[in-house]
Amino acid sequence: MDVMVQLQRQLFDYTASLFHEGFLDEQFNQLQQLQDESNPDFVVEVVTLFFEDAERLLNELTNALSQENIDFRRLDAHVHQLKGSSSSIGAQRIHTVCISFRNSCEEQNVEGCLKSLQQVKHEYSTVKSKLETLFKVRRSGPFLVRVLICNIEMTYGETDFGCRGVSVLGSVI
Amino acid sequence: MEAKNKKLLVSQDLATHLTALVVDDNMISRKIHEKLLKNAGIRNQGVGNGKEAVDIHFYGQSFDLILMDMDMPIMNGIQATKKLRSMGICSMIVGVSSRSMESEIQQFMEAGLDDYQLKPLTKTKLSSILDKINSNLTYKSKSNHVI
Repeated sequence: MDVMVQLQRQLFDYTASLFHEGFLDEQFNQLQQLQDESNPDFVVEVVTLFFEDAERLLNELTNALSQENIDFRRLDAHVHQLKGSSSSIGAQRIHTVCISFRNSCEEQNVEGCLKSLQQVKHEYSTVKSKLETLFKVRRSGPFLVRVLICNIEMTYGETDFGCRGVSVLGSVI
Repeated sequence: MEAKNKKLLVSQDLATHLTALVVDDNMISRKIHEKLLKNAGIRNQGVGNGKEAVDIHFYGQSFDLILMDMDMPIMNGIQATKKLRSMGICSMIVGVSSRSMESEIQQFMEAGLDDYQLKPLTKTKLSSILDKINSNLTYKSKSNHVI
């Protein structure tokens, strides 16, 4: 039971760190509040849609910027969409980069656009990885505890799970 | 406090009798707004652009509330709002967009909006929209009573 509480605590701390480090903002909380028994996978569904949309847009942006004659209006339209989508799920850092990206589009600043594209790809990759980890742990948390407790018992025999359980489970997250 | 709670109860009761249309080409926004409305007890459906919003009305459907995005392909929110008003549609139309420049919002309002909210829409923003609908209904009820 101590192990479960510790795992839940670590999950809570991990989630909190995503907000503290600016990866997520209040809008993500709004999404979580919308989730209920009638749609228990709402947050995962919305974020999955975002991943698909973002990847499509990043490909479009990469193609648009590789053209000899860059269509800045089209480029700006794609960034506007990405800015909107990221804001909808609370992906704060992506949203922030999109703002400066749009400024570069308006100025027709190719170098600025290329730099912004690189930044937004980096931010997207990071937040995607963190959210996938979060969802994975949330989904399999209780099962993982059972598996790991079994493994601990098989290796060490019945023992005090207090500290050892925490250090083993800590490495999961 | 009691008056505030009473107002909240009235708003919640009102919501379950309302219908809404979400007009947005972004699937993520549409999904979020539809869930927000559903959780508030408001029956709703979504379409992907202004032309679909106009067509759905042309074929006889009506809604108490329309959440209208601005930037959409085929027919944008400004064009769709003007068209709906010219068709005699009196629904409450609320612009919901990420556009924040005063001139852009002004242009959208002048097309015939009743209200404008910056994306993303939240429970608090939806509550303020329901309060407006409630006020409009109260005003109409009092006007009819006077007549």
